[in-house]
Amino acid sequence: MMKNDHFTRTRFGDFGGQFVAETAMYALEELEAGYLEAIANPAFVEELGHYLHTYSGRPTPLTYAKRLSEQIGGAQIYLKREDLNHTGAHKINNALGQALLAKRMGKKKLIAETGAGQHGVATATAASLLGLECTVYMGEEDMARQQLNVFRMELLGAKVEAVSSGTKTLKDATNEALRQWVAKVEDTFYLIGSAVGPHPYPTMVKYFQRVISDEAREQILTQTGRLPQDVIACVGGGSNAIGMFAAFLTDEEVRLHGVEAAGSGLSTEKHAASLSKGTPGILHGMKSYILQDQNGLVSPAHSISAGLDYPGVGPEHAFLKETGRVGYHAITDDEAMSALVELCQTEGILPALESAHAIAYAIQVAQKRSPEEVLVVCLSGRGDKDVETIRRVMGGGSI
Amino acid sequence: MNRIELRLRSGKQLIPFLMAGDPNLEVTLDLIQMLQEEEVAAIEIGVPFSDPTADGPAIQLAAERSLRKKTYLKDVLLLGKQAQARGLDVPLILFSYSNPLYQYGFQELIHDAHQSGFEGIIVPDLPYEESLALRALAESYGIAVIPLVAPTSGARMEKIVEGASGFIYCVSSVGTTGVRTTFNPEVELFLNEVRRVSPVPIAVGFGISQVEHVRYFHQHADSVIVGSAFVQQIEAVSHLLTQLETRSEGISMLRQFVRTLKSK
Repeated sequence: MMKNDHFTRTRFGDFGGQFVAETAMYALEELEAGYLEAIANPAFVEELGHYLHTYSGRPTPLTYAKRLSEQIGGAQIYLKREDLNHTGAHKINNALGQALLAKRMGKKKLIAETGAGQHGVATATAASLLGLECTVYMGEEDMARQQLNVFRMELLGAKVEAVSSGTKTLKDATNEALRQWVAKVEDTFYLIGSAVGPHPYPTMVKYFQRVISDEAREQILTQTGRLPQDVIACVGGGSNAIGMFAAFLTDEEVRLHGVEAAGSGLSTEKHAASLSKGTPGILHGMKSYILQDQNGLVSPAHSISAGLDYPGVGPEHAFLKETGRVGYHAITDDEAMSALVELCQTEGILPALESAHAIAYAIQVAQKRSPEEVLVVCLSGRGDKDVETIRRVMGGGSI
Repeated sequence: MNRIELRLRSGKQLIPFLMAGDPNLEVTLDLIQMLQEEEVAAIEIGVPFSDPTADGPAIQLAAERSLRKKTYLKDVLLLGKQAQARGLDVPLILFSYSNPLYQYGFQELIHDAHQSGFEGIIVPDLPYEESLALRALAESYGIAVIPLVAPTSGARMEKIVEGASGFIYCVSSVGTTGVRTTFNPEVELFLNEVRRVSPVPIAVGFGISQVEHVRYFHQHADSVIVGSAFVQQIEAVSHLLTQLETRSEGISMLRQFVRTLKSK
């Protein structure tokens, strides 16, 4: 592989890059220039900080899960409470950042892709706050499964466009948003919801999400006087995870764990574990690990959690897997459900199904550690949106 | 000199696009034969992909239809061999998104594509900066990696066209492939600029569906690429093409479409 300047600038190791149509290169170059200009400008950084503080409620707390930790009898589990953000998840950190950037670049319209609707809601929220038009692309299948979120986006003033191509889910919504962006780049900004896509998106999303670990690192030092032994986050596209890992990457003694969705199990075809079971490939403008067949066609992903239900993963995670800096594991639907119930009943916190994967793995890790040790889990979102799904999985009845 | 370039230089003015396997590979082979008889410059043969981000609805749907028939890259390469076996020699251009090629392995792909008689390759999601490795491999087999330039390419244009072989694929307007009724008048300035800097012939694609478009673009380019419109014509007669007894009827209707496009 030839390593020119472009290669070095757009890659994490061999992963990342800009695998897009020539028609999109102008849009990416303009975005990269706008992004670099903005983050070097103290006024932009201050404005973003202002919204995160006065609008989204940051900093989010770091909660010691005392009863859960005691019940397990291992390490002390701390929860980084991204669920307490406005709109209920970490997604707003990135949506606010990119929406402010869009406005700064003179764009009048936001477009976004969404799977379950959480990123769509966050984007619609930021658009409403900043007075921008918003169109959200969503697969027809997902729209049928998530009617409430479709309504919620519309309530926020966004237009939801049904995508009927391919598998009619998140990956196809992403394809459509990419197509629409390229055609309308003059006045339109594509607000990608995860640490995926062509350069500079993975780098930019990490920048907007690293506030999670910048806060968490400081909070754990203040509250316990030391760094955690382990840091754990769930991985779909990988935005909360990269945000949770960023400040700890150079703390070599801190073990980092990414948790993918094993769905019905890694030995079945129904999972979304791109890093655990996928292979390197090219999707959505990036080289990363993807779920695919031997002909290079992208396979559908499966998870109880819509936010993890994606057949690719951010390219920096692919790189962190190959270097061994982060260990990636997978948790099944059933394990996530059990952890969700356990957290509800020991701490009074209903986590999102996505975050429940991280909790489930944290419980496994905590069991192997001593009570003096400390671990931090990113509780990326709250589970109110999942109550219907949880109830259905439990058979509609009592616990 | 690459044979595709030679044919464009000798005045052949039409490059149709076929989605391999739509409605089936046997029909695709018959269509290649018809297009050779109609003396097109070259034929783009599309490899269907699950996530065609540069394509509009017509080619997306054609890819979905072809994938339902389980048409894969290896089958498209085999199609090239079958065309050779039938004595066809119109230049074929492999059109594929990068992931199927990457999984096949670039080295093996270029070797096999050469064996199958492909003389050009277009990878819509491999912009210049990402295409250098593939370009180097392809050149050693005399296969032209056809680069795309867009009205928004700006300062990128010169490096893209430098050292190009085959022809330059000029995108008529931003957005995806798909039929358009009108074009921005500034496209003329863009095409004149590409022509000025390009060492090889230029062809225009995206949105060309009518004879008026073809006539208009021939004033500013050496050739035109007709993709979505041709794919839609094929879909419209696919009920004829899939039945052996009516296939020739379907093919002559498509032949008529090609002749109309070429009429002066």
